Amino acid sequence: MHDTHTPLIFEHSRPGRVNNTHTQRNTASVNTIPDTLLRKTPPRLPEVSEMDAVRHYTRLSQKNFSIDTHFYPLGSCTMKHNPRACNTLAMLPGFLGRHPLSPEQHGQGYLSCMWDLQEILKDVTGMTAVSLTPMAGAQGEFAGVAMIRAYHDANNDTTRSEILVPDAAHGTNPATATMCGYATKEIPTDANGDVDVDALKAVVGPQTAGIMLTNPSTLGVFDRRIKEIAEIVHDAGGLLYYDGANLNAILGKVKPGDMGFDVIHMNLHKTFSTPHGGGGPGAGPVGVSERLKPFMPIPVVGKNDDGYYWLTEKDLPQTIGRLSTFMGNAGVLLRAYIYALLLGREGMTRVADYATLNANYLMAKLNQAGFDMALPERRATHEFILTLKRQAKEQGVTAMDFAKRLLDYGFHAPTTYFPLIVPECLLIEPTESESKETLDAFVEAMVAIQKEAESDAETLKGAPYTMPMRRLDDVKAARELDLRYKTDNNQ
Amino acid sequence: MPFIPHTENDTRTMLDTIGADAIEDLFDEIPAGLRARSLNEIPAGRNEMAVSRLVQTRAAQDTQALSFLGAGAYEHHIPAAVWELTTRGEFYTAYTPYQAEASQGTLQLLYEFQTMMAELTAMDVSNASLYDGASALAEAVLMAVRANRKSKSKRILMPATVHPTYRSVVNTIVRHQGIQLELVDYDTQGGHIDPANLPAEPGDIAALVIPQPNFFGTLEDVDTLTDWAQSHGALVIGVVNPTAMALIAPPGEWGNGAGADIVCGEGQPLGAPLSSGGPYFGFMCCAQKHVRQMPGRIIGRTTDLEGKTGYVLTLQAREQHIRRSKATSNICTNQGLLTTAATIYLSLMGPEGLRQTAEHSHANTQKLAKKLCMIDGVEKIFDRPCFHETVLRLPKPANEVLSALDTQDVLGGFDLFQAYPELGNAILICATETKTDDDLEQYATALRNVLA
Repeated sequence: MHDTHTPLIFEHSRPGRVNNTHTQRNTASVNTIPDTLLRKTPPRLPEVSEMDAVRHYTRLSQKNFSIDTHFYPLGSCTMKHNPRACNTLAMLPGFLGRHPLSPEQHGQGYLSCMWDLQEILKDVTGMTAVSLTPMAGAQGEFAGVAMIRAYHDANNDTTRSEILVPDAAHGTNPATATMCGYATKEIPTDANGDVDVDALKAVVGPQTAGIMLTNPSTLGVFDRRIKEIAEIVHDAGGLLYYDGANLNAILGKVKPGDMGFDVIHMNLHKTFSTPHGGGGPGAGPVGVSERLKPFMPIPVVGKNDDGYYWLTEKDLPQTIGRLSTFMGNAGVLLRAYIYALLLGREGMTRVADYATLNANYLMAKLNQAGFDMALPERRATHEFILTLKRQAKEQGVTAMDFAKRLLDYGFHAPTTYFPLIVPECLLIEPTESESKETLDAFVEAMVAIQKEAESDAETLKGAPYTMPMRRLDDVKAARELDLRYKTDNNQ
Repeated sequence: MPFIPHTENDTRTMLDTIGADAIEDLFDEIPAGLRARSLNEIPAGRNEMAVSRLVQTRAAQDTQALSFLGAGAYEHHIPAAVWELTTRGEFYTAYTPYQAEASQGTLQLLYEFQTMMAELTAMDVSNASLYDGASALAEAVLMAVRANRKSKSKRILMPATVHPTYRSVVNTIVRHQGIQLELVDYDTQGGHIDPANLPAEPGDIAALVIPQPNFFGTLEDVDTLTDWAQSHGALVIGVVNPTAMALIAPPGEWGNGAGADIVCGEGQPLGAPLSSGGPYFGFMCCAQKHVRQMPGRIIGRTTDLEGKTGYVLTLQAREQHIRRSKATSNICTNQGLLTTAATIYLSLMGPEGLRQTAEHSHANTQKLAKKLCMIDGVEKIFDRPCFHETVLRLPKPANEVLSALDTQDVLGGFDLFQAYPELGNAILICATETKTDDDLEQYATALRNVLA
């Protein structure tokens, strides 16, 4: 990493530096728009040469940690290797050039891939049907809870007003419940990291619309009483929603449909290795059980003797509706499909095998090195939680200090301070694509940082030192909002 | 093993460290009755060569006809450098910049993106993207209801000139929160919302949505509509085409006052390929006073311990991972990679390049409409000025004409019958800067043949 300041692209801008390779010159303008509707002053976009832009964005890219450059054990995010074939093939001209509204007969290649992907996802999740349209996990959650609502409404069961969510859940779960017009009730976690079944029994009732669960949970353990939980909620007339964020741990091992879930979403950018792209795009397909099938979001790919086609409102009159202008993140879905083909059925199970092996190995090594695990008696799934509560008390250092110092050692930090119920925690997910040597090096770094905590905590608290930036002031950012460059100042 | 580096020896050593005999033992907390049966529907794994062969065959099935389809997704030239840079591994395989010090590349780029979008729309601030145009409008509606503290009604006026699918998506997403979407009818002569037909006493309204250009490609009387809405205590939500912003008045300048309150739209025209409908990105900008109600990631400039300038995710107290059930939205993952492409696209185009693209697209659509209207029975339906789309009436049912054009390798436009049956045999056409005079002539010839 370079310790150099990179000016903004706007600071490279010079008035009149026109790069007109990308427009057609000498075209007579036919402007029929009256002056009153026209723009008076042009937007102050950068005026730079192509080389200026290429250098600038190449430099910026070099200021990022990424899977391609660093171990990135960000818990709950499944930062595994993104095979290049998935990108290359998804960007073939036939796929890339197709207008979403072009007739179905021009898109049989694309539609056949989507049909196959629906079939693969159905089998791997044990659900009856799959809709690919949600554009990210949170939109999949919305679709799922909206389907639960539509199901109760269709049964004239309108008194259900609550969604149950474990206290360790992703923030998207309660936020989604709110968007679907439900109140959220939190269920505590027991000392072993499982959902507190007695507490669940106490709050479940005729007002319960459903429960949203991640299994393996965000605590990195498999909830062993899942069948019992499913029974309790179903007996009360509620439905079960599966948050697929942690599907990587059980791919080919357990099917959410077999656990009793009525609806699930998958994060294809996690389990199916489409890239995370610096924050997205993702894809959050939903799988449903038989009783929620009529409510699936559209469009869905259908197949008949003439080929593949879109199922729309006409075919699914009870659908919750559309979630995107066309059909979701089509190109992301293609990448996931290609990844699934490369893995094949035996490859799916292998993903869960080695993701779990890596997590348990890393947990064991860190444990042997003297670190405390949040749930030492449990098997790790594909991820586990390390808590630095003791270090916070004894050396006055925090999980954030460890996280920042790891950057200096060349590792992206694990997820910090999530789940919220474990103090000073690091949620660590190595994924199956990392080698033993990388995991060993990570342990060595953690041990070295622990030594620093014991010998010189003040220095540790100043980390990072080798990044382009020292620790950044979040409070100032929120207090003195500066959300855009003011071009005026510099021209 | 595909994408798994372990040697047999590694696996053995690792199991020894764990104290397990076999990998299978690591799954011993899963109740036995739950263990999966086989995965019969999933094909056996194939190598990259075999998969490439299969997928290439599929892609080759999707033939490219000469297309005059728009209706929410637009074919524009994308400079080669855009995706060369965007697919660099450091952008492609990074995640949401939670660790700011190790993500300055993405963060600075997003700060530049926010600046560019605010400039294009002439608004104060922008977020770092939403999913797509339609879902961005849904978020804008939810935001307007939160931001308009004077309004208690949760009523949103939604013109019929807004993209029909956008209206449908908004309904899907906001319907559970007691929000009423009231349709505003359009003027059949202008193909726009006639301000004269708006009620004098509309009552309590949270917001008016104003599309510019609207779904018909027609330009709305944005100044009068903005003034009308704001004089009745309603916020203004602009839904705009970002390419058009280089040519027509941006929402920040609409009306006599402060301009629109919230602006959103589809970012696809800025460097995203058509790609069967996605991934694209939604954008959202707003007036400074509403920024704390904005959904999605926002990047702010700040300083580090040594006083050096740097960038971080900010105002996170609005977001689901902090605020949970009280968050402004449930959105987490957004469309980061597409904003990367858009930022590079806008840098390469610059103000002049984008203006030329907009003007050229506008001119091509005018030329095409003129050519086609020389054919007997073909006429423009609306008399208002338009950007790069317009509506034509055909002398025969639109679906039949479009199918016949298709056999001559021309995708002639979007059939409006389903969404607007009152317009009869109407199609929406679009000719961007990618179309040459020969292309326009080819369409005219094909249509002449079809209608003969």
